[in-house]
This record gives sequence, C-alpha cells and structure tokens, in this order.
Amino acid sequence: MADVAMNVNGEAVRAELPDNTLLVDFLRETLGLTGTHVGCETSQCGACVVHLDGEAIKSCSVLAASVAGRAVTTIEGLADGDALHPMQAAFNAHHGLQCGFCTPGMIMAGVDMVRRYRASGEALDEAAIRHELEGNICRCTGYHNIVRAIDAAAKAM
Amino acid sequence: MSVAKPLPHDAARLHVTGAARYVDDIPTPAGTLHLAFGTSEIAHGRIVAMDLNAVRAAPGVALVVTAEDLPFANDVSPSPAPEPLLATGEVHFMGQPLFLVVAESHLAARKAARLAKVEYEERPAILSIDEALAAGSRFEEGPRVYARGDAAGAIAKAVHVLEGSVEIGGQEHFYLEGQAALALPHEGGDMVVHSSSQHPTEIQHKVADALGLPMNAVRCEVRRMGGGFGGKESQGNALACAAAVAARATGRACAMRYDRDDDMVITGKRHDFRIDYRVGVDAGGRIEGIEFVQLCRCGWSMDLSLPVADRAMLHADNAYYLPNVRIESHRLRTNTQSATAFRGFGGPQGMFGMERVMDHIAHALGMDPVALRRANYYEAARGGGAAPAPDGAPRGISAKMKTGAELTSRAAAPGTGRRYGGAYSPENARPRTLTPYHMEVEDFILHDLTERLLATSDYRARAEAVAAFNAGNAVLKKGIAFSPVKFGISFTLTHLNQAGALVHVYQDGSVHMNHGGTEMGQGLFQKVAQVAAARFGVEVDRVKITATDTGKVPNTSATAASSGSDLNGMAVQAACDTIRDRLAAFVAEGYQADPATVRFEDGKVHVGGEALAFEAVVKDAYMNRISLSATGFYKTPKIVWDRIRGEGRPFFYFAYGAAVTEVVIDTLTGENRILRADILHDCGASLNPALDIGQIEGGYVQGAGWLTTEELVWDGKGRLRTHAPSTYKIPACSDRPDIFNVALWDGANREETVYRSKAVGEPPLMLGISAWLALSNACAAAGPGWPDLQAPATPEAVLAAVTRARA
Ligand code: FES
Ligand code: FES
Repeated sequence: MADVAMNVNGEAVRAELPDNTLLVDFLRETLGLTGTHVGCETSQCGACVVHLDGEAIKSCSVLAASVAGRAVTTIEGLADGDALHPMQAAFNAHHGLQCGFCTPGMIMAGVDMVRRYRASGEALDEAAIRHELEGNICRCTGYHNIVRAIDAAAKAM
Repeated sequence: MSVAKPLPHDAARLHVTGAARYVDDIPTPAGTLHLAFGTSEIAHGRIVAMDLNAVRAAPGVALVVTAEDLPFANDVSPSPAPEPLLATGEVHFMGQPLFLVVAESHLAARKAARLAKVEYEERPAILSIDEALAAGSRFEEGPRVYARGDAAGAIAKAVHVLEGSVEIGGQEHFYLEGQAALALPHEGGDMVVHSSSQHPTEIQHKVADALGLPMNAVRCEVRRMGGGFGGKESQGNALACAAAVAARATGRACAMRYDRDDDMVITGKRHDFRIDYRVGVDAGGRIEGIEFVQLCRCGWSMDLSLPVADRAMLHADNAYYLPNVRIESHRLRTNTQSATAFRGFGGPQGMFGMERVMDHIAHALGMDPVALRRANYYEAARGGGAAPAPDGAPRGISAKMKTGAELTSRAAAPGTGRRYGGAYSPENARPRTLTPYHMEVEDFILHDLTERLLATSDYRARAEAVAAFNAGNAVLKKGIAFSPVKFGISFTLTHLNQAGALVHVYQDGSVHMNHGGTEMGQGLFQKVAQVAAARFGVEVDRVKITATDTGKVPNTSATAASSGSDLNGMAVQAACDTIRDRLAAFVAEGYQADPATVRFEDGKVHVGGEALAFEAVVKDAYMNRISLSATGFYKTPKIVWDRIRGEGRPFFYFAYGAAVTEVVIDTLTGENRILRADILHDCGASLNPALDIGQIEGGYVQGAGWLTTEELVWDGKGRLRTHAPSTYKIPACSDRPDIFNVALWDGANREETVYRSKAVGEPPLMLGISAWLALSNACAAAGPGWPDLQAPATPEAVLAAVTRARA
C-alpha cells in the first residue's frame, strides 16, 4: 500500500492505495471523477487523457503513486464554474461528438496541443491537429467535426 | 418549429464536461462485486476436467459459478437456437466463457479467472469457409436461394460473361465503451439491470429467464451507450445475465465490464463473406443475368446470422435492375466468435458483392464505370421519388430515353460494338423496377442524385486529372471511383417494426418523454425530442429526455436496422397528439371554437384569435381534470415478407446516397491514403441536418475502415490475433480524407414517415465502398491486368493486386 497525495482539479487529495493502482482507477473509483474514460487500458485510444502538471498523459498507463505530489487536471476541472472552457464550448458548438465516450480525452488532448503549439510558436494548422490526434480514437464521428472544433477553439483560446 | 433544426446532441454539454454517465460510471452501492469470465483456451473440444480450486482461493473472490450452478436458463441467445451463458461440456471457440468469477474488484476477478486448470479433449476446429463447406457445418438445412427469371439461361446467351470471387473481411465494432452491465437486487427477488445495450427488452427477457422470474420482476434501464454499431444488440446479454445471477446468489450489487481484450476475444463481429459471382452482360454493359453465391461465416452460434445473411441477399442488387438473378446464401458454422449485427446487418456485404461485379465489368469491357452503373440503375421513380404520380401516367419514359441516349454515345467506345436490345428486348420493354425479391422500387432517386454529385464533385475533370497523373507517375498511382447506395429500411422480421412511447405533460408545462429507442451517440433522443417539441409548439429545452426503461415502455424492439427515429419518432408523435387533442378540445370548448382550428406554435396555444401561453393552458387543463399523460404506438405500414420464398415487400422504403472517393497508392509498398471524398446522401426531410451529417461522416469513415485498414486475423488454432487496437487498425484522425465534402439530398420521403424524414444510421456506411473501388481503380492503373483486389484492401492486398495488374 502507498500513501498517495496529489492535487486534483485544484484540490489536495490523499488516499491509501495498493501500489499498483493506476491513476485512472484512482480518479474514477476513489475520487468518483468518472468523466475520464477507459477505452483500451493499453495507451492506444486516448479516452483516458488527463493533464499532469499541465501536460497531456494517458492515465491508464500511469501509476497513481508515481505522480504523488503533482497536479492533475481532469475534464471535470476544465470549466470555470458554469462557463465552459473554449475547447468544451467548441466541441459542443461544432458537433464534435456523438456517443461522447472519446470526448473528454479529445478535449484534454486538444487543450494540450493548443498550449504546446502556442508555447513553441508553431502554427497549429489542420494537418498538425490531425497528426497530434494520432493517439486518440473516435469510432463515431469520422473526426471531421473534432478537427473543426479544435481548430475553432485554438482561435478562441 | 424545432424539427429540422441543426441542434447539438442533447447530451453534448454533459459530454464536454465529463458529466454524462455510462453504465460503469453509475455510483454503486457499498459492497458491489465485480465479475469476470474464465474463457476457453481452445477453439473446439470437450472439457474433461475443470479445476477451479485456485480460482476460489484467490484473494478477493466471493463466488465462482459454472454451468451446473445456474439455477434456471443457461441461455443468452437472441435467436431460437440456444447459446449457453457458460459452456456445458463442449467448447466451440477460443474465448468462450466457461465459468464466472465474482470478486471484490475488477482486477481481482480477472486475475483469479486466469488460475483455472482446465483439461480438454481437443477436436479439429472448423475455422474457414472452405472447411465449413467441406464438413457441411452450417445453420439451416441447406443454402437459401432467392431467384427471379432464368439467370443461367440469360448468362449462357449473353455477349460477355465474367466470373470471379471476392473475400470480404469481418469487422470489430470497437465501440469505445466496452460491454458493461450492473445488476441491483431489489426486494422480493426483483432485479434492476443497467446495461450498455441496444435492446433493453431482450436484456429484461434473458435476465428474467436466467432468474426464473416473469418479465415483470425485471427492469432494464439504458441511458446511453458509448457507441453500439450493432455490437450491443445481443452481445450484452451475457454480461447482464451473469451480473443478475451473481447478484441473486450474493444479494449484492454486481457489476461486469469486459476489458478491451476480453471484449474483442469474446464478442461477435461483422460476418466475413466470400462471394462468388457469374454475370452475363450485353455489349453495352447491361446485366442480362447474374448468379451470386454468398458464403457467410457465422461463427459458432446462430445469434442473428439468419437475418444478417437474408439482408445480404436483399442487397445483392444494390441499385441495379437484374432481369434474371439467382442468389444462393450459405450460413456456415465455424469455431470462431459468433458473428453478430454490425451497422448494415449484412447489407454492406451483399452490396459490396454487386459493386465488385460492376468494377469487374467496367474493367473487362473498358467502360466508363459511372456510365455502366447508370445504365444498370433501376428506373427512376415517377415524380422523382418524392410523391406518386397519378395512376396511368407513362412510367419513367424520360429515364428510359436518357439511358438509351447514353447507350448510343457509348456504342463508340472500344469493345462495345453492339447496342442493347435484340435477344432481350421484351425484358427491356418492362419497367426496370422489380427487385430480385419481387418488390417494386417506387422511390428511385439515384439518377438525379448521381447527376448532382458528379457535378458538385467535379468528377469528370478529376477523373481526367487522375489519368494524367498516372500517365506521368510510375510509382504512385491515383484512383477515383463513384458508388451508389440503395438501402432497404425496416426490420426484415416484420413483427419488430413496432414502437411505443410514453409522454407526460406536468402542471408547469414541462414535458417528460420516453420511448423504446436507445441512445448510442446517433442523436436519436434529440431528434425525437424535436418531434415532441414540434407537436406541442414549444422549444425543445422544455422536453426532458429520459433513459430507456422497460418499466415505462414495454416490449420494445432493438434500436437497430436504422429504425430508431422512424419508429420511436412516430410513437412519440402519436402520444403527443393524444394529449394535444385533449388540450385542443378543452380550450376550444372555452372559446366556442372548433378544436381542429386550435394551433400549438411558438410556445402558445392559438384559439379563436387568442394566443394563450402553453403552460397556462396546461395548468388550466389540470385544474379541469384533463389527463395529461398518454402512450403512443406505431407500426410500420405496407410491409409483408416471406423470407423463405424471398418474396414480398420487406422494406417500407429505401434510403439512397452516393460517394466519389479519390485515393493514391504507392505501388512499391501498397501503402495508400484517401485524398478526397464527396458525398451526397438522402435523409428525406432531415429531422436534424447536423446530426444526420454526423452520421454520414462517421458512417463513411467506418465503412472505409472496414474495407481498408481493419483486418481481423485468426491463427491456425482459431486464436484471434488482432485483439487490441495495437494490432487491429481503427481509422485514426489522419486516415480520414484530406478533403471531405458531405451534403444532404434535399427531398421529402414519399412514404409517410415522421416529418417525411428517412433513416440514416446504417446507409452511409456503404458509401465507404467507393474508397475500396478507388483503390481498385488505382491498382488497375499499374498495369493492364485485372487486379482482383480483395477486401480489406490492406497494403498487402493492394500490393498483391498491383502485382496481378502488372502480370
Ligand atoms: S484507456 Fe488509456 S489510452 Fe485507451
Ligand atoms: S463520439 Fe463516440 S467515440 Fe468519439
């Protein structure tokens, strides 16, 4: 067992966990933050993407104990009260979802890529968005509206 | 009016904030147990001994269940042929559930399940189509045959005869949310089951049987699924029954979800097919006679394979009139996962067979593939497919003349020395509207739709540009292809074409809506809510959409066959109209007006020159003891079908669409990509164009994936080797076309469907066939030979086809 403390969505959390507890299970089962989904358990699909100290990671392949002391943001922590984050608003407005199962991971990946490209000064054009989404699978939408949503959000962020 | 507006998905806000709940997100009571199956490690054989002591002793294990421990029905089959939840002596595929572990956590259950020691007496496994044919391993007594005219005779007399064979791979659903169920024991032995299922009534029925209870003691609730695509029509039965049996035995809530690998190894997929064909055409490319042999690999249990194989036969014509036709269908039983429903339900395979034949004819005769297809189209509907013309009007004269003119212009093309007519002119004098199953095609709009798509996609100029590119490039070759879709709408099992709804209007004017359809991302709930809002003339946010619940609307059909909004929209409309009529009669009385003149619009009730607020009328009606709750019911009219003889009208109407896809291949590696896709698709008068376009885009990409990157591989032992997204290649974002233009054909359904809309769930998947045809076209550009491309067109398959083209 490990005593794990970290900051999740701005709040300090702490729990006794078996050493092999995955971050995604800690979030979903211990904290009840079920907006982070599990699609493959093997870091292929991107449904479980959260931010670790502001950077996108796949929470199905990270041990909770290994990120002790760090800050995690999940989809539940993205909006500012009732005001949606521009990426969330864009997915809503541009029909960037159908079943919605991939959506939290897509949004977290989208926010991360916009921030990274902004920081590096590179242009996040359509080709770059597609390339960046290589690790996020959507089985429903055909991606068209997801790319549009990220593109629109990048302009609004 | 709320109908026809491009409103976002009703749960979009919940999805983008992570607040939308799927089965595995439902807060569970303390002490909830978790389940996992122990599965077979061989494809076929007898269980000699099963030692589960280590499983029972593993940490956290509460209970282990085998077939002998099941108190009542051990059956999860959706068909009349039984399918055990847990194996009874014999095992039929690698991955078949043998026993059930019930433990304190998901991980504990899975780990314990690995500790079993099972001894088998292995038997030879029947894995391939040829092995099944040789062993006579099949469902039904022999092949099913649908025929019209004399196919063999017509082929014998034809100018050109071609034959060939094509393999069509299966497809893993890969709904992003895996199968899941949660069973909650209630007082008196009752059971409530939350299931990720397209068919709550089936879950209720199977769970009731497994518990030895009447259906009224079991309630199934489905709020949403994270994708279904047909994979949750019957494949959720096992989890729901297992959870319910375990919940009954332990008195605790029981949750089960498949891990992704387990999901892929245990559950069924799209049926793979081999289609052999022989076709006779006239000098102009018109089909005179055609024979198909459809060999369908069903896996080990019957599941839904019979109606799937039927639908493949019913789509063997796609959009083309076949004057003499014979379709023979073999439903083969193999020691593999039981193939199941998948978006299109056999239709895509049947249609693919026909498009493959068209591709072969065009190549062999050196004909323009679009002109060839148009020459074989069914005759245009009178009045353009939107409304019937008065009786006695000449049938489709203009279309026939158009076709004739095309044939004349084609007569100059190489290899087409003779115009059609002659031997088969009496056949040609008949209207070309009859399907192989004797149903008249009354709504055929593809002539006009094709014309428009060719123009908007700039097809001619691009085809020339592709040819010019290919002339100047030895290594890269481009291909372009057009393909049409005609897809029959209705369940072919006629009694399934019914739906119910329950609508309440509360005293404050808010509306609560429930129906038998399930939401899997397709936007059904929003579309139906738009219908309800339109009936009451209120904004859609006044309508509360609630989870599908067998306690509210009973005896529902699966949300399948694209029928969701057709059936449930009509049922909700009927329920709303009952309440509306009561309200209209009530207010009309007060104003001495005719109830028929009362209008519900803009949140107001208009009566006798007054506009009253909807909620005020509702409040008043409540005070005057008017019932504000109603059920609605709908059954699809006009359909009659004899599946044994293959005659009747199985479909209420057809949905149409067409696509042009351009691709490029690397002839050295077989690598390929889709450059551009243009789609024009018919949703009738769309209930929600944004949701419909979403279905079309997603359907196309899923269809193209089926025929290109998605390859299922079993090894010689029957082990599925592609059991994770690392080895099974779902289209990724970079795989979708660089340029993707999707438009809706603008025309009302000529049949009386809900607001004259058309079903949209399945038909667009088959637009993806154009991507495969474009790849075939590119392969053919590599050399003079027939590339004989197989499906899926993986790089290996493309490379083999290029080699054949060059041979
Ligand atoms: S669940 Fe983590 S990447 Fe799929
Ligand atoms: S919306 Fe269903 S997986 Fe993306």
